[in-house]
Amino acid sequence: MLVSLENAGICRSEKWLVRGVSMTVDRGEIVTLIGPNGSGKSTTAKMALGVVAADEGVTKRKDKLHAKYVPQKLRLNSNLPLSVTRFLRLTDSADKVQIHSALRATETEHLAAVQMSNLSGGEFQRVMLARAILNSPEFLVLDEPVQGVDYNGEIMLYKLIEDIRDSLNCGILLISHDLHIVMSKTDRVICLNGHVCCSGTPAKVASSQEFKSLFGDRAASGLALYEHHHDHEHLPDGSIRTDKRTKTQNNVSSKNLVSNDVDEANENV
Amino acid sequence: MFDDFFSRALIGGFGVAVVAGPLGCFIIWRRLAYFGDTLSHSALLGVAIALLLELNITLSVFIVSVLVALMLLLLQKRASLSSDALLGLLAHSVLAIGLVALAFMTWVRVDLMGFLFGDILAITTVDLALIWGGGAVVLAFLAKIWRALFAATVSYDLALAEGNKPDQVNLLFMVLMAAVIAVSMKIVGVLLITALLIIPAAAARRFATSPEQMAVIAIILGIVSVYIGLNGSLEFDTPAGPSIVVAALACFVLSVLPVNILRKRTGRSQKNLKDPDVGVS
Ligand SMILES: Nc1ncnc2c1ncn2[C@@H]1O[C@H](COP(=O)(O)OP(=O)(O)O)[C@@H](O)[C@H]1O
Ligand SMILES: [Mg+2]
Repeated sequence: MLVSLENAGICRSEKWLVRGVSMTVDRGEIVTLIGPNGSGKSTTAKMALGVVAADEGVTKRKDKLHAKYVPQKLRLNSNLPLSVTRFLRLTDSADKVQIHSALRATETEHLAAVQMSNLSGGEFQRVMLARAILNSPEFLVLDEPVQGVDYNGEIMLYKLIEDIRDSLNCGILLISHDLHIVMSKTDRVICLNGHVCCSGTPAKVASSQEFKSLFGDRAASGLALYEHHHDHEHLPDGSIRTDKRTKTQNNVSSKNLVSNDVDEANENV
Repeated sequence: MFDDFFSRALIGGFGVAVVAGPLGCFIIWRRLAYFGDTLSHSALLGVAIALLLELNITLSVFIVSVLVALMLLLLQKRASLSSDALLGLLAHSVLAIGLVALAFMTWVRVDLMGFLFGDILAITTVDLALIWGGGAVVLAFLAKIWRALFAATVSYDLALAEGNKPDQVNLLFMVLMAAVIAVSMKIVGVLLITALLIIPAAAARRFATSPEQMAVIAIILGIVSVYIGLNGSLEFDTPAGPSIVVAALACFVLSVLPVNILRKRTGRSQKNLKDPDVGVS
């Protein structure tokens, strides 16, 4: 276990921002937080990192946890003379080779000497991710890591996140609005709306009533494709469980979707 | 060569410039100019207390500055209180209290101008030892916490999440600032310490591509300003502090002036200084 929250909550000015959050992140697992804006995702991530102390409940972190954090917002003072390379070494020392490989993984080697204040939004996010994967962290918290990244970059970065999980065997807490990505690449999903609405495997969450009422039928029906895909794989006798709502879609496109990749899934949104 | 007052002033001034450079960079990066003002203005209160209790002035100023810094840190933690207005109020009230307290002590003859604007004639060999000894200690601590302090400057949350201890280094930074104020008071005077801290650093910004580089350039520009300022002070019989600050300002203006030439040289990697709080003290 890297991090665990038990019934944890944060209260500010007599208002609970989030409450009753229970979750664990283990090595080699991607746990995703989803939920509408203001539902307490970033707050929960900070609680998991220990950046804010829980006002209620219990938070535990592995001793000397080597964590890296990609916050949702990082506003750099324009008076900071800070190159990409120096930024990568912000909290960790690293040699040229390590820096180069982190930059290469996010396709940003050409930016090594550029000042952080001169990066575009998408370049900035890639560099943030490069910094996060430097020196093999045990625990990664990625708060909307691909905001502003171009279409191909987004797919590449999500692939990278998955690869990192596999190659470094680190635990990842991901916050994302890309529901399709979440459902296809994540081990567990926690759906927040000030509290935990529902949580579990992507298939379980996508089919839950809470998820449907939070994200609407449209999102739910798109994602039900995955639900089918997952159910199909998980049933021991090989049979396909079809509920009434997803049946038509399954008939139309289940062949394609079993070998689905990200681009196609996105087009269905 | 320590015999003549002018050499002592120069050597003392150089010592101050060496510690002021890196700390001044952090003041700019953290937008603490007003904070620094509040802290340095409280130095006069330290002087009053020293005279009242017959303590060493530098030590007393250091202690009072540390206490004020701790108070400011506490106020800053309660975010809603750390407004500009509050800092402005504090900065000038502590100065006023110091002035009033000194005026009450009719039994001591105080060279108020010396404390406010610096007094190169008053620098003794003991002061030199304090400036260089204290400066060396400050630099040693700063070097030790440099990475963590810089990380906490870039982002408190990030530093905390990744295992640094931003509260500890922020606290130590405040203590270091108090120390610099205490040792530089005699050279520049309480009213202009912040200026000596931030103007060389602001001038360095333009030439620097890394934080470490900016600190070194700020030191060099600080030394140049002290040299020119003190010579000017001797030549034209002007107060030491303001003369040094005017010299530093000249460096800053020069650093901003040849816009086109510099922009061509440094290309994409430069962005101009554009924060209103920087040049102001
Ligand atoms: N320090 C704070 N004080 C008061 N309210 C806060 C604070 N931080 C966040 N909030 C509020 O808490 C809610 C949840 O915020 P956040 O966790 O950032 O949401 P999300 O990341 O899910 O969009 C928002 O309504 C936000 O306005
Ligand atoms: Mg958020």
